[in-house]
Amino acid sequence: MAETRIQNYNLNFGPQHPAAHGVLRLVLELDGELIERADPHIGLLHRGTEKLIENKTYHQCVPYFDRLDYVAPQNQEHAFVLAAEKLAGVGVPLRGQYIRTLYAEIGRILNHILNITSYAMDVGAMTPFLWGFEEREYLMEFCERVCGARMHMAYYRVGGVSQDMPAGLAEDIYAWSERFPKVIDDIETLLTENRIFKQRTVDIGIINAEQAMDWGFTGPNLRASGIPWDLRKSQPYEVYDKLDFDIPVGKHGDCYDRYLIRMLEMRESTKLIQQCLNDMPEGPVISTDKKFAPPSRADMKRSMEALIHHFKLYTEGVHVPAGETYTAVEAPKGEFGVYLVADGTNKPYRCKIRAPGFAHLQALDFLSKGHMLADVVANIGSLDIVFGEIDR
Amino acid sequence: MTAALADLGELIAGALPQGVLKSEVAFGELTLSVRRESILKVLSFLRDDANCQFKILLDVCGADYPERDERFDVVYHLLSLTHNMRIRVRTTTDGSLTVPSATALFSSAGWWEREAWDMYGIMFDGHPDLRRILTDYGFEGHPLRKDFPLTGHVELRYDDEQKRVVYEPVKLTQDFRAFDFLSPWEGMTHVLPGDEKADKQSGEDA
Repeated sequence: MAETRIQNYNLNFGPQHPAAHGVLRLVLELDGELIERADPHIGLLHRGTEKLIENKTYHQCVPYFDRLDYVAPQNQEHAFVLAAEKLAGVGVPLRGQYIRTLYAEIGRILNHILNITSYAMDVGAMTPFLWGFEEREYLMEFCERVCGARMHMAYYRVGGVSQDMPAGLAEDIYAWSERFPKVIDDIETLLTENRIFKQRTVDIGIINAEQAMDWGFTGPNLRASGIPWDLRKSQPYEVYDKLDFDIPVGKHGDCYDRYLIRMLEMRESTKLIQQCLNDMPEGPVISTDKKFAPPSRADMKRSMEALIHHFKLYTEGVHVPAGETYTAVEAPKGEFGVYLVADGTNKPYRCKIRAPGFAHLQALDFLSKGHMLADVVANIGSLDIVFGEIDR
Repeated sequence: MTAALADLGELIAGALPQGVLKSEVAFGELTLSVRRESILKVLSFLRDDANCQFKILLDVCGADYPERDERFDVVYHLLSLTHNMRIRVRTTTDGSLTVPSATALFSSAGWWEREAWDMYGIMFDGHPDLRRILTDYGFEGHPLRKDFPLTGHVELRYDDEQKRVVYEPVKLTQDFRAFDFLSPWEGMTHVLPGDEKADKQSGEDA
């Protein structure tokens, strides 16, 4: 019998594929059904955010951060305003800090619900998606009530948040937070011990602690590999050092552990939301430094000074003194950092956005090598990829 | 924290006198300026030395300062989980000089360096796969350079006759308007004509 030459098969996955979580084009080299090489082609959603930010005032930059990781927009804004505050030396009133922390945790739950449920759908479970999205809708309603926008909040400002929470919102969030653990329980009964789900995820895409650090992993993906590292604990910002919460840490660094970590983090975030609501003091929500924070509407009707400040803030914007900083927050997906270079004018000179998903997706080749084709989908889902932040 | 960072900076500068040009602490962050040729030596020292243990390379990015001789900064951000510290390493280059690639030390450097190449045209020596990453297939130019226009050079649309997407030079119906808002924030400092009296009066009151 004549010898036949067997060639590897190249498969083009995406850019339009429901399991690609956006616009990921993946060039796969297959040996039978085993992955030899996975080469992600990214940038299909590249909008030049960093270039645009260099041409906008600090105030105008904030909404661009919503559009990075659009699943949890407020966490991105948070990193930018913290960086600008650090350079400008603006303080945030305590109530403002609590509100920011509260909404950062709401963002975390928003993100984890979307990730877990759509991940479950990728590997075959439909129901968690429907249940989870109902809860997301409640959360987005809370976002809408505080700032007017369901998703792209543009709520955090240099020096605080744009406005105080309306009456009754705190009570409604609290009532929701008491209901929500039941929903997590329900989703867990469907997934955690589910035979099919475990077959698809346990021991898939294993990465150990050394490798995870080498690939620049942060956030839940790093913790799943057994490293207890969370910026909220290790480099606390806002009021996290006053709150009581635990950091779930995994053991195996496989897809299943990454799923479990996110489930546990939602429970911790629910606790954090309740603590924020209980401890939140009264007071202003944005800095009282008139050179950074806009005056109240009522003041503008009566005070010429306030009117001038308002005009200057919304045309020229604030001048941030020259300097550079790298400020990071624990976004739901990992460490989201902003490297901000200010040159003393009203616009950032350079703003590099360090997106956690960029580093995670880079490791897809490493994670998928030797796995079956279907496991690539499980890996992408477990890494928690959103293209808004990867492509910028 | 600041004192600990300053100590660490001195320690690193002492251990690698050839490589480190300057170490400074600002805003509670440590920055090392490093000679381009010794960047790998510094990074591997930072990764492996017991006092540093910067095991995670968080970010590599470029920054453009066109007025300088070597116009680009290459900025590395590292994180040490053991000591809970961050460090920034900076080196300079221009459009033709190559920077040694950090991919052999940190796997995560691969895409960050591709991005720096794509955005600034910074060349990395020894990178296994230095392709463009974020911009379109066949893109020309390096968009984050300060001399690259915000509107870009080409725009694309779907052409119904050719049944494909075509590239055309950018046509703006209105010129791009860059407003100059840089008036001095504090307002005028010189005395208004006729206002000398008020100044004198307040002087007398005091």
